[in-house]
Formats: sequence, C-alpha cells, structure tokens
Amino acid sequence: MTLRWKSFAVAAALLAGSSLAGMPTAQAQTTMKVVMHSDVKIVDPIWTTAYIVRNHGYMIYDTLFALDDKGEVKPQMVETFTESPDKLTYKFTLRDGLLWHDGKPVTSEDCIASIKRWSARDPIGQKLMTFVDGITADDARSFTVKLKSSTGLLIFGLGKPSSNVPFMMPKRVAETDPNTQISEFIGSGPFVLKTDEWKPGDKIVYTKFKDYKPRAEPASGLAGGKVAKIDRIEWLAVSDQQQAVNALLAGEIDMIEQPSFDLIPLLKADKAIKLIDYNPLGLQYTLRPNHTIKPFDNPKIRQALTYALNQKDFLEAVVGNPDYYKTCKAMFICGSPMASEKGMDGLLESNFNKSKELLKEAGYDGTPVVLLHSTDLQTLTNLAPVAKQLMEKGGFKVDMQSSDWQSVVARRVRKTPVADGGWNAMLTAWVSADVLNPVMAGFFNASCDKAAFGWPCDEQMEKLRDDFARETDPAKQKAITEAVQMRWREVVTHVHLGQYTVPIATRQNISGILTAAAPVFWNLEKK
Amino acid sequence: MLGYILRRLLATIPVLLIVAVLVFLMLRMTPGDPAAVIAGDNASTAQIAAIRAKLGLDQPIIAQFAIWAGNLLQGNLGESFFFKKTIGELILGRIEPTLSLAVFTMAIAICVAIPLGVLAAYKHGSWIDRVVMGFSVLGFSVPVFVIGYLLIYVFAITLGWFPVQGYQPISAGFGGFIQRLTLPAVTLSVIYIALIARMTRASVLEVLSEDYIRTARAKGQVERKILFRHALKNAAVPIVTVVGIGIALLIGGVVVTESVFAIPGLGRLTVDAVLARDYPTIQAVILLFSVVYVAVNLGIDLVYCLFDPRIRY
Repeated sequence: MTLRWKSFAVAAALLAGSSLAGMPTAQAQTTMKVVMHSDVKIVDPIWTTAYIVRNHGYMIYDTLFALDDKGEVKPQMVETFTESPDKLTYKFTLRDGLLWHDGKPVTSEDCIASIKRWSARDPIGQKLMTFVDGITADDARSFTVKLKSSTGLLIFGLGKPSSNVPFMMPKRVAETDPNTQISEFIGSGPFVLKTDEWKPGDKIVYTKFKDYKPRAEPASGLAGGKVAKIDRIEWLAVSDQQQAVNALLAGEIDMIEQPSFDLIPLLKADKAIKLIDYNPLGLQYTLRPNHTIKPFDNPKIRQALTYALNQKDFLEAVVGNPDYYKTCKAMFICGSPMASEKGMDGLLESNFNKSKELLKEAGYDGTPVVLLHSTDLQTLTNLAPVAKQLMEKGGFKVDMQSSDWQSVVARRVRKTPVADGGWNAMLTAWVSADVLNPVMAGFFNASCDKAAFGWPCDEQMEKLRDDFARETDPAKQKAITEAVQMRWREVVTHVHLGQYTVPIATRQNISGILTAAAPVFWNLEKK
Repeated sequence: MLGYILRRLLATIPVLLIVAVLVFLMLRMTPGDPAAVIAGDNASTAQIAAIRAKLGLDQPIIAQFAIWAGNLLQGNLGESFFFKKTIGELILGRIEPTLSLAVFTMAIAICVAIPLGVLAAYKHGSWIDRVVMGFSVLGFSVPVFVIGYLLIYVFAITLGWFPVQGYQPISAGFGGFIQRLTLPAVTLSVIYIALIARMTRASVLEVLSEDYIRTARAKGQVERKILFRHALKNAAVPIVTVVGIGIALLIGGVVVTESVFAIPGLGRLTVDAVLARDYPTIQAVILLFSVVYVAVNLGIDLVYCLFDPRIRY
C-alpha cells in the first residue's frame, strides 16, 4: 500500500512538473488579461444596447466614421467622402485593402446592409432613415446616400460612439433580421473573436487581426490608426469585485475596467497599479418619471421633482469620492459641445418649499409614488433611498419597492397602474456618449407610445428634436439644444442627477490607454 | 438488490416530474421578462414583443410547458436565451470545474475530518477532544467568503503560493489544475471537516461503548485495529450519509466559492441564468441538481450494505 501511494505521488509530481515545464512556450505571445464590467453573453452589438457588447463590438468590428478625442467625427473605414452643394447627396469611398476576418474584401454592399440593420434598431438610425431617400452601391468600394432633406445626422450617426454603434459587418451577416441575433462573428476590426475559446461565464478571447490595415494617423479616441500591439486579449468573468482587485494586486490580471469605488483606495495604495480616467465625460445618473399614470401625468408634479432633488446627495451616496463626480446642471453633459446651463436657474437645489408649493398648486392628493429600487447593481443601489428621502422632504409620499435590476427592467416597460404592477419613477445611468444631444438622448424622445419607458408625450419637444436633426450648423444646433432645455423645464421628461467617472485600473506595465467614449484595446502595450 | 434499485429508479420519475412542473411554474410567476432583459434600454415595446414571440414567451403557459416537456422527453434540454448555446453544451462546459471542486473538497474533508473525529472520540473529554470540537464550531460559524478571503490574503497575495482566482482544466496540466483548485477546495472543506468530524466523533463514541468492542479489547486486540477495523466500520453509516449529502450539496450549491474564486462552474451558471431570467437554463440546471440528489441518495443507500451487512433491501 505504501509503495502504491509513493508511486502515485511520484507520478503526480512528474505530471505537475511536465505541465509547468510547458508553460513558457505557451506564453511566448503578449497576452493581456482584463476584468470588464460584465461578462459577454450576447455578441451582437446591433441587437442589444448593453455596453459590454458595444465594447466587444469595438474589438472585432470597425466603423465608417468615428469620434476622436476632441469629440469630432472623423472618417475611419471611409477614405474620402463628398457632399453635394445642396447637402442632399453624399458619396463615400472606402479605404483600399480593408478585409474581413475571413480574408474577403470589405465592399460597399456590406456597408449598405450594415447601415440598414443598424438603423432598424438604433434611435438615431431610425431618425436618420426618415431623411434618407436611398443608398446605392456605385462600385465595390463606393456608395451614395441620397437624402430627402438635409440633416446633420448622417455623418454624426455613422460616427455614433456608443450603443448602438453602426459597426460594419459582411453583407450575409448584416442581412440577418434586426430582431434576431447574428450567428457569425466576422468583423474587419483590429481583433478577431476566438469563437472556439469563448466560454460565457468564464472568458472571451480576442487575438490580433494580422491583416488589419490601420489608418495612417495616430490613434485618437475611437478614430485614427487602430494598431493592435498585444497579440491576445482575454476578458475574464470575475463576478466578485474584491477578487478582481486581489487578482490585479497579485499581477494575475492586467486591468479592471470599472473597479468599484469602495475598493479604489486599496488600488491607490499599491505602486504597481495606476488609475486612469479614460472617459472624462463619464456617465450621468437619471430619474425617469412615468408620464402615463398619476401623479406624474401632471407636468406640474414632475416640475416639483426638479425642485425637490439635488445632484450632490446622489453622487455622494453612490460615488462618494469627489475626484470621480461632478454636479452639472446642463442636461447635455458638462464638457461636451452642447452643454449649457440655460433655463436651469433655481432647479436641482432641493428647494423643498417650492416643491411643496407646486404640489399644492397641482392638487397632489398624497397618493404614494411607487419608486423602483434595484438592489443588486452597486452603481445604482443607493440612488433610490436618496430619491425617497429628498422627495419626501419635498412633499411627496414615496413607496420604494426593492427588487433585483432585472425585475426593474421588466417592470419599467409596464404602463399599467401601480396596483397592476406599474410604476411611477425609476433610476438609471447613461454613458455620457449616449446623451450628447437631444436626438441621441433617449429620454428626450417625447413621441408618446414610441418613446422609451416613461413615455413622455410632447409635440413641441418632438418638433425641436426634428429641428435639431435637420440642422447642420453647430451654432444653430446649440441654440436648438437650449430651446430643448427650456422646453424640458416645462415638461420634465426626466431629471438628471449628476455626472461621474469610473477610472480604469491597470498594472504599471500597461501603457497607451486612449481617451475615448468606450474602452478600446488597440494602441495598448504591455512591457 | 436489483429490484430495489429498479424500484428506486422508477420512484425518481414522479419526483423529477414534480420538480419540473414546480420550477416551470415558479419561474413564470417570478417578476422579470427575459425579452426586456435581452432587448436593452432603447428597445421599444414592439421590439420587446417581437423578442417575446421569437422566444415563444407569448404563448400560454400550458403550451410553453408542453413544448418544453416534449423536447425534454426527446433528450433535448433546449437552447439558452442568452448564451446562444444548447443547454447540453452549457452544462457540459461547466460540469468539470464543479465536479473537480466537489471531489477535491470532499477528499480533503474526509482525509482530515475522519482521523480527527476518531481521535476526538478516542480521547473523549481530553484537550484534544476540546480542540477538535472547538475547530468544528468555528468551521460552522465562519462564513465561507470570510475563510476564502483570509486564505487568499495569506496564501495568494502575501505568500504568493497559489493563484488568486480562476480555473484550469485538468487537460491543460495537472499542476495548474491542482494549484488553482487548492484554495477554493480548502475554503469549502472547512465546513465539511467540521461536520464530518463531529459526526465521526459521535458515531465512534457510540460504537466504542458497545459490547463487541469490550470483547475485542478483552481478546487483546490492539487499539488501532479496534478503532479503525471495528469501531469506524460500524460507525460509517451516518458518516457516509453526511459525505454523500455533502457531495450533492457541493454540486448544487457552491455559488459563493465559485464566485469568490472565479470558477466557471454550475453554481455560477445558475446565478447568471437566474439574474438574466434565462428560463431554459434555470429549468435544466435545477432538474440536473434534482437528478444528482436522487442519484446520490440511492448511492448512499447502496453503500450502507458495504459497511453494515445487516442492512438488506
């Protein structure tokens, strides 16, 4: 018996030794291990707006245009484009030598099919298509877009930086029904998805696309030369934030995309780690009232919200560290071109007397407001208790109902009275890149049933949004934006609760992180 | 014996049927809509409705159940709403880490707990007994994640002996496999060591007071033989029960440990599926867990005969 155990131990040691001996060969290429904010379960960035899928999209797909680090839209797959004097005809020519990951050339037909699928799902795409008369392929590398009337949305939309991003796909893939997920994951971007190694719940793996042809310009935001310098990138699914931080401290992983705020001091204390604010515009918190049922069907009662609430209380409760948040009364993101504080005087300052006064004028009968509280998302959990407290001080009665986020997501699409499972208010966050102007920002859509959950209904707001979509002059766009903000003060589609940023945490040997609206992995180096 | 096994196997059918119906109904009564989850923030009501139709969620519950049960009878567990894989593929991909963790954990627990329990029983009332029982109370009382983080801090971050997280399949190298599994298995084993040691101590103590032990001692048998050949064998039935149930629990419920150590096993699959309202995956995994429980219980009953020849079926 003793002999047998000894033999087993020797065999085990030999096996272990042989497996360890094999490791250096396997690690010859540069590999970067990253913990992203979520696991990738869906890989169709047109089908879903989930930010993790958008991030995945930037790995394997490319775009016709892209936003640079100054917030300007620049050609990406497009080499040149021309605009007719009447601004109704646009001709696009693709860069020479663009290839799909299967080695086939990228054609104008592929891009037309991709634009059509994207526009069927995306709010800007849908609006853009109301201006489009037709898109035709001129030859393998060129296509023409004819408009019914001029719009600033064409180039802007094709360079839209966040969900849904108009990523280009091969025609056979892009012809998939927009309501069905694609089943083939071929892009023309700087990285290739290793489908054989993708294990949802464990990891998703990308390798460098050796035939990718980057632009000649240096990388800038989402635009410029996308040069992949790391051979293999693994996004690991680590659901426990503390464990992700432990792994980064121990050098087992190279980066955490969104470390939780309470663990940042641990990371700051380690000299091997650096924190980088890659997206200075960050995110924006929002309270969305349901316009279809009492009491928020009354605009005066919605206005009371803008007096009762203030941004600092929310930001302190959730983010806590002033380095990572800022109060900003501008609806369209402080630091971006359309930001303006016009019409915001006196609002978002927790003027409880004014709030009570408005509720009295509106005849608020004290019916409790059902406020949805999600309990399982760290970045949202503390918002509802703060909202409840401030609203109650402002004269509302609040019935805060707690559940997990997915229950909130399911419930928020219900228009029924609260007694039948409906709701009055809920809280969420938007990436600033999705809220840069009145057409992009989904909560400004006031087209009644066609609007996002909450369903605001206001013809004047819709007219202003249409005006914005038609306008091509940035100065005039800004003026329209201010008019939107003034109208918002009357109709209160939603209430913005401040901006915050989440830094990326990396090991010191990682360099080249770009300032962009989404985390990207080209230009990164690991030494 | 064969008749008994067949009867037990037949008895599992109504159990599984009841579990299937209950799980199916409970999921449909739980708030949450997979279509809304899939559709995302910008989706219109029409888009959500289209996804519901695509997934068959717009059909009456009875029709949905009939389709699912029909597929199940043909061995088709369906396709995940989210992972875009068949459930069979998903489970196969997740079963190795969970099984490895369960087996390794129980191996550690058995190797440590049984000698400790026997020793505590043999040294009944001594300081050794008190230390073993004190450890046992501690093992029950400290939450798994606290032990996990403590071990990670000491052995992974401070000493650097083990990786902080992750799983390596055995096919990628035995050394890495064992290295990555050690901390999670030790973490999980603490509670089982406590449980099995207590059970072993109690059972062995009971047996040690039996007449045949006194007879063996009177015949001059050495204590080691008395303890391990006579006492432990006769005390084995409750220990086997605890070990068996422990394995079943480990396969079905190592969610915290799998999350803390980032092990892509069935526990995390279940949590992910529940959070995403992935009905087909939840249904299949819970059914699988039920099958495991039934099978383990049957196994335990059969193993009883090995230790106690008086038990007959």
